[in-house]
Amino acid sequence: MKNFDQITSAHIWVLDHQEALDFYVGKLGLEVKTDISQGGFRWLTVGVAGEAVPEIVLDVPGPPVMDEKTAGQIRELVTKGATGVVMVLRTEDCFGLYERLRAKGVEFTQAATDHGYGIDCGLRDPFGNQIRILQPKVWKG
Amino acid sequence: MSREVEETNRRLLRARDAMDRAYDQPLDTAALARIACVSEAHFIRTFRATFGETPHRYLQRRRVERSMFLLRESERSITDICLDVGFTSLGTFSRTFREIVGQSPSAYRLGTAPVGGAVPTCFAMAWLRPSSFGEAKERSDG
Repeated sequence: MKNFDQITSAHIWVLDHQEALDFYVGKLGLEVKTDISQGGFRWLTVGVAGEAVPEIVLDVPGPPVMDEKTAGQIRELVTKGATGVVMVLRTEDCFGLYERLRAKGVEFTQAATDHGYGIDCGLRDPFGNQIRILQPKVWKG
Repeated sequence: MSREVEETNRRLLRARDAMDRAYDQPLDTAALARIACVSEAHFIRTFRATFGETPHRYLQRRRVERSMFLLRESERSITDICLDVGFTSLGTFSRTFREIVGQSPSAYRLGTAPVGGAVPTCFAMAWLRPSSFGEAKERSDG
């Protein structure tokens, strides 16, 4: 028996919940899966509309989870683009989606390009996290 | 860290992204400084402090990486590749390539096989950009 059957959630650092929603939901077109505020925290997750998993947790670094200095270090790394590619999103039409997102003002790091294994493009969220959009040649799952 | 530093980082990253995206265009430091919304001198200084190398060097290494890719994976002539990746003179291209990679473009082409398998281009572009941070030399020595 294998240990797991699915990856259900993953986590990324964002610097502001509302700005994150404007981008991930308003521009990219993901949907809010959960949004619960209680005490000092906000549990905010997004995912692909109609798909139960995975949910991406949009989390803002800061106290009481960590001290201000540590939060500042994370903010510095995020804004320098040092968090790497935080997710790859699959599409059936990479060229078309690239144009539509560009028209919405999404900041691209690479135009939609056919690389042989598929067509992909790269973009940044407002904070500096990198995201890829891939239209694979071979569709898995 | 102050929010001003974050703003500066993000603007510098925007200029760095422009180099990765439009390396084949005639990018100059003045145009990149405008993307980052700072003066040219300030841009060069803060870019270096933030990313560990000057914007000029970053762009050279991006162009050389793309030329290494084309030398490995295509049959294009060295002159065409030089122009493809944004160099305007074959002399500058060959000199820069040799300085960064340690061998000439034609020697690199002869001695290097294409990268096989299912490695995404974005990952290869990030990892195969010849580094100015010293580890490339250590690897070749080892």
